[in-house]
Amino acid sequence: MSSRSKVWWVVGGVLIVIYCLFPIAWIVSLSFKAPSDISNQSFLPTDPSIENYSTILTGSASDLFLPALRNSFGICLIATAISCILSMFAAYAIARLDFPGKKLILGTALAVAIFPVISIVTPLFNLWRQIGLYDTWPGLIIPYLSLTLPISIWTMSAFFREIPWEMEQAAQVDGATTWQAFRKVIVPLAAPGVFTTAIIAFFIAWNDFAYGISLTSTDASRPVPAALGLFTGASQFEDPTGAIAAAAVIVTIPVVVLVLLFQRRIVAGLTNGAVKG
Amino acid sequence: MASIEMRNIVKQYGDGYPAVNDVSLDIADGEFMILVGPSGCGKSTLLRMIVGLEDITSGDMVIGGKRVNDLAPRERNLSMVFQNYALYPHMTVFENIAFPLRLSKTPDDEVRRRVQEASDVLELKEHLERKPANLSGGQRQRVAMGRAIVRQAEAFLFDEPLSNLDAKLRGQMRTEISRLQRRLGITTVYVTHDQTEAMTLGDRVCVLRKGKIQQVASPRELYEQPVNLFVAGFIGSPPMNFLPASLEGTTLSTPFGPIALDEQRAAAVRGRDLLLVGIRPEYFEDASLVDEAKRPLGSTFRARVDVTEWLGDSQYAYIPYEAPEAITAQLRDLSRELDSEELRTQAIVSIDSTSRIREGREAEFWLDSRKIHVFDPQTGENLTRDAEAGARLTQMATEDRVEQVEHAQSTGQTVSGQSSGPSGAHRATA
Ligand SMILES: Nc1ncnc2c1ncn2[C@@H]1O[C@H](COP(=O)(O)OP(=O)(O)OP(=O)(O)O)[C@@H](O)[C@H]1O
Ligand SMILES: [Mg+2]
Repeated sequence: MSSRSKVWWVVGGVLIVIYCLFPIAWIVSLSFKAPSDISNQSFLPTDPSIENYSTILTGSASDLFLPALRNSFGICLIATAISCILSMFAAYAIARLDFPGKKLILGTALAVAIFPVISIVTPLFNLWRQIGLYDTWPGLIIPYLSLTLPISIWTMSAFFREIPWEMEQAAQVDGATTWQAFRKVIVPLAAPGVFTTAIIAFFIAWNDFAYGISLTSTDASRPVPAALGLFTGASQFEDPTGAIAAAAVIVTIPVVVLVLLFQRRIVAGLTNGAVKG
Repeated sequence: MASIEMRNIVKQYGDGYPAVNDVSLDIADGEFMILVGPSGCGKSTLLRMIVGLEDITSGDMVIGGKRVNDLAPRERNLSMVFQNYALYPHMTVFENIAFPLRLSKTPDDEVRRRVQEASDVLELKEHLERKPANLSGGQRQRVAMGRAIVRQAEAFLFDEPLSNLDAKLRGQMRTEISRLQRRLGITTVYVTHDQTEAMTLGDRVCVLRKGKIQQVASPRELYEQPVNLFVAGFIGSPPMNFLPASLEGTTLSTPFGPIALDEQRAAAVRGRDLLLVGIRPEYFEDASLVDEAKRPLGSTFRARVDVTEWLGDSQYAYIPYEAPEAITAQLRDLSRELDSEELRTQAIVSIDSTSRIREGREAEFWLDSRKIHVFDPQTGENLTRDAEAGARLTQMATEDRVEQVEHAQSTGQTVSGQSSGPSGAHRATA
């Protein structure tokens, strides 16, 4: 690359980063503004305070926020784990075996993924109430699986397809059973794919609002995005903007931590060296 | 260690295409068998059926006296080196080599000892803790070999293991494989489409064409007594020249003048209008450099030389000739099937490197008519093949093998007898 085009790449990159990060910076700044300071007409708070954080963590909004945080974590982690394990087996079969209806499964998965959530929320609401799943953890985990499984199966089968068939055959010739070959060779090689899938699935579940607001009614299972919508200001005439901003910052933290944690696992090209270059 | 017998093996893939068609082949215990043939002729398929990665459509696969058609790969106890090595990238070299032992639950110190031994043989000692990604092509190839030799397998199977290495490394690894096989005395099946590997490594070579066996014989027999046009054209580089000819009395008339045949061979080829004469490049010589004593054994002819190639130790001359349309078309088909470059109707002849024959001039050549073969252009059959002489050549190769194995094993044992070390080997070979 010539130094000219390098400069342009850097400039372009910086512009995009600013464009993407500006709303986040704004929210962070908002979360440090006291309620009276919200409309101070400047980007930075005049007098940074942690009032909003104390409101949601220990103050009046904590009854709403803390259980929601716990629910969100529990429900999303369980949904992610289940969808990872299921999609691992499904994707393996799709990538390796030739069976009738393979295309159908992938097609259906795609169809489910693009199906608008909002159109099944109402039927689901009625059904859940009938069978007693309304406002429970499984009542959210199941719809979350319908969101996460299709994309998990797609990403994971792409990863499995990258692993050369010969790896497995070599293991079988070396004396492994099909299960041993899967566990000792395929799974370690697919690890980056599993982590990538896990992160994507977690985000999808974590960000859901439609199911969260309509299939829950109490602390028992209400997730964070739904709880944020229910925040109220200190008085009827005051917007809870500061508190919402603080909560938004807090729920972003696990996502950032998750990415940082798994980032090193998502090393592209783990299969380097498997086959001759 | 075991013999491998194949009886009427057929492989049809899902689309009904017979990739391997009625192959029967006996591989003796300790023998080095080569499978060669042009791309797509079913070599890999055959190998994968031996190892159990491909179902056998019909026929029997017998290894060590036991029918293994329905056994899973791990129950056959064979080891295989894949065309692309298939190393486990998440494991160190040590663990890669140890993998088969780990699967069979070998105790730790035994694993360490065996891997140590294998890595000594393959000179991988310094690399045991590295990952395959950081190794060179040749080192990866040796790791793959290590994984194959670390356990006591019944047989080794190689699928073009050297095809992606550069020429120098390939030569090195070739001798390495040959030495190792002799030392361990293990039955080996080796797939290649490299002439040199086929000729130098194999005790016997099996030539395949479109899933069918053409000929199984020692390299010498294949070279000197090929059964048909295909084998004759496939073995040898530069390839055999095929000239159109017709028989008059006991004399073949060819574009390069008349060639006299003895009565026996003339009788064998009589009764056909058109014949193909196969002459290897080295049966030609610059007539001015041939001994007077040798001259009467062949015939001389004059021809115009198109191009000469001087290579230092040898020299090739290209001589164009006229051929009937039917023959030209057939030769074109043959060369296409052999993946060789378009075979034009020109003969490649090998002449002494001191020869003064120059391009574009007319020159006099001599050709040794004792070793020529005559083929039927329709069926491709070699009409002048001397089966007895061929069998003698293969018999000789078998005897050589037995002797070599004995020798390699007696010296090899000294090498692996740790304490006496390499000096022991020197004494034994001296
Ligand atoms: N999975 C498959 N399904 C259908 N046909 C196949 C399959 N694998 C191989 N074939 C066919 O079987 C024939 C033999 O293939 P094979 O891989 O044994 O060739 P090969 O001799 O090893 O060639 P190469 O030298 O190129 O490796 C080919 O014509 C190929 O098209
Ligand atoms: Mg092949």
